[in-house]
Amino acid sequence: MYFNVFGEKVSRARYREMLNAAKNRRELIAAGLTSRRTLFKMGLLTAGGMLVTQGGLSARAQTNPPSSGSTNSPGTNQLCLPSNQTASPATRAFIEPLVVMPLARNVSHLSPAPTENPNTGAGEVRAAPFQAPQIDPVRFPVVPGTLYQFNQRQFTTRQSPDLPQQTIWGYDDGTGTRSPGPTYRAFYGSPQLTRNINSLPAVTQVNNTGFGLPSVTTHLHNGHTPSESDGNPCDFYGPGHFCDQYYPNVLAGFNSDHAPQGDINESLSTLWYHDHRVDFTSQNTYKGLIGFYCLFNQFDTGDEGSGFHLPSFPQYDIPLAFNDKVYDPESGDLVFDLFNLDGILGDKFLVNGKIQPFFEVQPRRYRFRLLDTGPSRFYEFFLTDLNNLNNANPYWLIGTDGNLLPNPVQITSVRIGPAERVEVIIDFRPFAGKTIYLENRLNQLNGQGPVDNFGPGGTSQECSANLGMTVPQILPAGLGNLLLQFRVSSRAVADNSVDPATNPTFYQLPSTNVDPRIVRTFKFDRLNGQWSINGQFMDCNQFRFAVQQNSVEQWLLMNLSGDWTHPIHIHLEEHQILSRNRAAPTLPADKGRKDVTQLHPNERVQLFFRFRDWLGKYPIHCHNVVHEDHAMMALWHVVAQGDDVRVP
Amino acid sequence: MDISRRKLLGWTALAPVAAAAEAVAGLTGKTAGMGGPATASDLARQRIQRMHFPNVPLYTHEGKRVMFYDDLVKGKIVTMNFFFARCDEICPMVMANLSRVQQRLAADLNKRLFMYSLTLKPEEDTVDAIRQFREMHHARPGWTFLTGKPQDLEKVRRGIGFSYPNPVVDKDKTQHIGNVRYGNEPLMLWAACPGMAHADFIAESVSWMIHPEQNRIQPS
Repeated sequence: MYFNVFGEKVSRARYREMLNAAKNRRELIAAGLTSRRTLFKMGLLTAGGMLVTQGGLSARAQTNPPSSGSTNSPGTNQLCLPSNQTASPATRAFIEPLVVMPLARNVSHLSPAPTENPNTGAGEVRAAPFQAPQIDPVRFPVVPGTLYQFNQRQFTTRQSPDLPQQTIWGYDDGTGTRSPGPTYRAFYGSPQLTRNINSLPAVTQVNNTGFGLPSVTTHLHNGHTPSESDGNPCDFYGPGHFCDQYYPNVLAGFNSDHAPQGDINESLSTLWYHDHRVDFTSQNTYKGLIGFYCLFNQFDTGDEGSGFHLPSFPQYDIPLAFNDKVYDPESGDLVFDLFNLDGILGDKFLVNGKIQPFFEVQPRRYRFRLLDTGPSRFYEFFLTDLNNLNNANPYWLIGTDGNLLPNPVQITSVRIGPAERVEVIIDFRPFAGKTIYLENRLNQLNGQGPVDNFGPGGTSQECSANLGMTVPQILPAGLGNLLLQFRVSSRAVADNSVDPATNPTFYQLPSTNVDPRIVRTFKFDRLNGQWSINGQFMDCNQFRFAVQQNSVEQWLLMNLSGDWTHPIHIHLEEHQILSRNRAAPTLPADKGRKDVTQLHPNERVQLFFRFRDWLGKYPIHCHNVVHEDHAMMALWHVVAQGDDVRVP
Repeated sequence: MDISRRKLLGWTALAPVAAAAEAVAGLTGKTAGMGGPATASDLARQRIQRMHFPNVPLYTHEGKRVMFYDDLVKGKIVTMNFFFARCDEICPMVMANLSRVQQRLAADLNKRLFMYSLTLKPEEDTVDAIRQFREMHHARPGWTFLTGKPQDLEKVRRGIGFSYPNPVVDKDKTQHIGNVRYGNEPLMLWAACPGMAHADFIAESVSWMIHPEQNRIQPS
């Protein structure tokens, strides 16, 4: 039996039609940018030359909001049915250039000057005094040498020339408001401080665009950050208030097992910042509150003439933020599905704030930092040459989440989920004079996660059997989502960056051969539609367990929630994956240090942690931000004497 | 059987519902056609209404006929959850929790805050049944229990996101979604928390709809 999103029975033929519409949409994206000849070659054009009919533009044409006068309401996803949301208006692809976010501009001073204790009289909202100056006031002065002032503001921007101006939120470092915000260029050994000022408009009937709460807390994702500056979800503030956040830019271990400099093998590179307001993170990040924070040191210098000789930042080292969004079919305004519990998928793909941009590159090596900002989609990135679809185009994986792998690994694709990052090196020399694409070929139908191929219970087999047509996990080349177009110049240029094929060594993985003080178990489940951790729910007033400062722990993450994939994020310290279902990790992206781990259906993942240096409160949560906002989060804290709660 | 008697009584009272108007009411204040073009905010609010708040007739525990959007949601700060009187899985916990929540929010309840509990089984949860069930939970004025025609409640349930992606699970009422929606309709603020979360935190979350810009610090 088949259902549409209104819960009405539909025929099998109609159901297949809906699925075909989804396929047609992908074809249409391709049609917008390739010649008729190419389409024939790809087998996409029918003999009659008709690509799609008007009604088949999008799977979501079936699920448009009912016209006024009707009282039908859409439901959530149906199994195997692509997406549950509105179909966005058509937009042309690859006619606007990629925006590379400018570097954040620092300021000479802040007024009033930052204070060790929260300056509540001036309107500051901070949970506790700065920890770093208490450890070493010379190395970490209360007013460090590098200062930033970021205002969160509402502004208007165009995300596609075919859509109207969008009123969204972004960060202003004094040079104008943008989303993603300006990119921090930070250095180990140079502590810095950001004054995050909430300058969003007060929420009124007139200035709300339909989602978002102007109440913020800015988290530096993956930072080894003292808790008062971490951007805790439960410490938030409204317009007119600010928080000074101290980023020591110091290696983990500096105040414990690797004093005083910290462990070089804990070096971080690609961090990002985003709003983390409890219950409203999905809306506020969807509305634009995201940005990059790139951290360098004496090896990862940002200069291809020194250190590891990685492509120079920012010219050949490009942060790319990926997200998917939906626009109202009539007004073209950005919309957010406020009543979704499962996870939200968009039908428009943005890179650095623009729908399907192009990027003119030179035939040489580039370093890209790929970030999935969610809300709920997973990506598997392939390089696609539409004129040569049978070719697998290899590139190099050099980093996962916030750091470099020990050595580059050659890959043809890599998968990330919400909040995960990968760093890759693409050598464009073989493509000189050509146009190629970064393509997401991972098939995801709804908020549950990618179509999984975990045997008979997996959605791939289930949906294939149900529908009588193949529902693959990985879509054929050219039929996925073309995200970014690379136009490769034919003019040869200098390239002093290291060739990954020479197998350069970056850092070593810290040893995990240490007995943990405690093993804790976290069961991620869905109890009557409520996202839970160990049967409990987010509560800002409760610390669920106490980690002992400077101790080793193992955490066992278990997924009991059936078909769902959860990207689990833990603040403060990175972890290493010891095992997945009792076997050592095999994917290259699983072998590095991580701050988000994908927890697949019915999986059991064992993580290794060292909790060092700082004290205070942090969360563990699902980074499918829709799950996170519906209470799949728990607070814990680091204290001098930890507890023995094994199932928090 | 008791259920049939209740059902009969209930649906006799509800009989006129069938012919009820299905029109979607416009918003008050400035909207398209009422003194100038609709702003983006107007359009957004109308869109949320169209997508999520079917203006269907429902019946309160007092037997009063109300329109879901016009009478219950429009211009208000609300909480919404689903239950059925014979549910012995999670409903008792959720309803007991909401009973504590209403006490913590007593100052605003029935003034600017309104709590709604809607039945998942209107065929057995008649007006009489939900009134009795409500009394069991010592509900104060401002916490309204609702029943109605099954197809109308189904539209509301789907509209406000109390359904599962898997149709088989969705039909199993023992697995029904135990969340509590909270929102401020004119300000277009909507979120949800688990009905089984701690009552203090549910109450605090709902209070954000009353004071959306309040600051909060959790001591370390």
